[in-house]
Amino acid sequence: MLRIENVSKIFFPGSVNEKKALDNINLHMTPGDFVTVIGSNGAGKSTLLNSIAGVFSIDAGHIVIGDKDISNMPEHKRAKYIGRVFQDPMLGTAAGMMIEENLAIAARRGKVPGFSWAIKEEEREHFKGMLRELDLGLEDRLTSRVGLLSGGQRQALTLLMATMQQPQLLLLDEHTAALDPKTAEKVLGLTRNIIARHHLTTIMITHNMHDALRFGNRLIMMNAGRIVVDVAGIEKDRLAIPDLLALFEKAAGMAMDNDRLLLG
Amino acid sequence: MIDLLLPTVSQGLLWSLMALGVYLTYRVLDIADLTVEGTFPLGAAVAAEMLVKGFNPVTAILVAGVAGSLAGVVTGLLHTKLKIPALLAGILTMIALYSINLRVMGKANLSLLRVDTVFSFAKNIGFNSTMSVLVVGAASTLIFGLLIYWFFGTEIGAAIRATGFNPQMIRAQGVNTNLTIVLGLLLSNALVAISGAFIAQSNGFADVGMGVGTIVIGLASVIIGEVLFGTRSFKNSLISVVLGSVTYRIVIAAVLQMGMPPNDLKLFTAVLVALALALPLFKSRINARKAAE
Repeated sequence: MLRIENVSKIFFPGSVNEKKALDNINLHMTPGDFVTVIGSNGAGKSTLLNSIAGVFSIDAGHIVIGDKDISNMPEHKRAKYIGRVFQDPMLGTAAGMMIEENLAIAARRGKVPGFSWAIKEEEREHFKGMLRELDLGLEDRLTSRVGLLSGGQRQALTLLMATMQQPQLLLLDEHTAALDPKTAEKVLGLTRNIIARHHLTTIMITHNMHDALRFGNRLIMMNAGRIVVDVAGIEKDRLAIPDLLALFEKAAGMAMDNDRLLLG
Repeated sequence: MIDLLLPTVSQGLLWSLMALGVYLTYRVLDIADLTVEGTFPLGAAVAAEMLVKGFNPVTAILVAGVAGSLAGVVTGLLHTKLKIPALLAGILTMIALYSINLRVMGKANLSLLRVDTVFSFAKNIGFNSTMSVLVVGAASTLIFGLLIYWFFGTEIGAAIRATGFNPQMIRAQGVNTNLTIVLGLLLSNALVAISGAFIAQSNGFADVGMGVGTIVIGLASVIIGEVLFGTRSFKNSLISVVLGSVTYRIVIAAVLQMGMPPNDLKLFTAVLVALALALPLFKSRINARKAAE
């Protein structure tokens, strides 16, 4: 499904700030894999996701989705295969446009926009149905501007937008980190349901070790641009937080230092 | 009074196409595009030159629009392909257009006296000279306003609007934002050039210096319109910009009538726009003070 082979990325090469953000990363995912990613600050978690999404080009290696090598494909073309939810709730939606306009754009993800109407009448009922399932009271606010919604509502909407056209790969970059615990839990519940229903192949970065353990069928831990722990299936199910910390210390040769890391 | 008001409203309508162009960049794309200072006289120059050569006024206006759109594309490519900041890209095109406008006309000023213009059309149908400007102004605003409204209701129009609000989001949805930015600048500058073509015919001349202050007049119209007439929806905003352009002309006519020297007009406009741009700050300060009490 997703094959990442020998991918490296160096920021500011040749300068004093040179940073090897990704150091020869290899990751293979099979269809339906749900991988959670944890790691210390600057471990390369977001760089990995942004490399897959095409936000910047990689310096070495290959990224293949299905049987398509997307290593050199520009960001907007990769959108056909990839759905994304960002950490900042402001980034996933157009604040000044109506809920239905945002959804209509997402309904056409990966298609070249043309001269037909941006929203068709029959789509509105469909949108309402999907919003009703979110259970956030958005189904009656199709023509509200997204800027009026709360962070949690915007993130739920972004999640819906990323998945309403089933992506081959779903990338979640700490998508609940900016939300209060209760809202985060709600958005995580929605995430789990949507992923399960469509069997989406997913990578989810999280700063919450508990979430990393209870979500997904596979867990990877990153440190200094490398994947240092990779556990799946029953082996992952058996892990508890102290085991994770021990695994990390053994693999990285130092204690985990993520100042936002939540152990609960 | 009405003798003064009608021509003022007509002028406002003719200039509203320029204001709509500025709206498309400043508000929709979120770019302050200074290209317009060059495309406004470009439209005037192209139309004037063609009218003098005997072309039909409608053809002249459309060709002026095409010329403006090309200038918009140049700014767009400078910005998206060469990564020059939008403000600077616009300034570069604007400066380049000064020479181009001189080349188009062959001199600094081209008179349209005794040349058939779009307004002579209206006069031939039977309107007097005051009414002919009003009719042409209203018709052009209506036609281009509807075209803009239609276009921004399409998928590609929605993609351009989303680019202005959140380029990262619309890229993640599969849209090439370089393309939408270039398209937005193209449309904006086409409108501004078309407005220039109308104003040249209304003034009876095209002048290489007539673009000075275009951006500020455009901003004044946009902001006055938004403050007075609202921004509830895209349609509402378009109407507000047109009404803002008309209001701006009325304000200018009023202060001139009250005895302000015409030479101070640009100073007056700049102060007006500066105040209008600072309005949100004043508002939030006043609200904060109220909340504190």
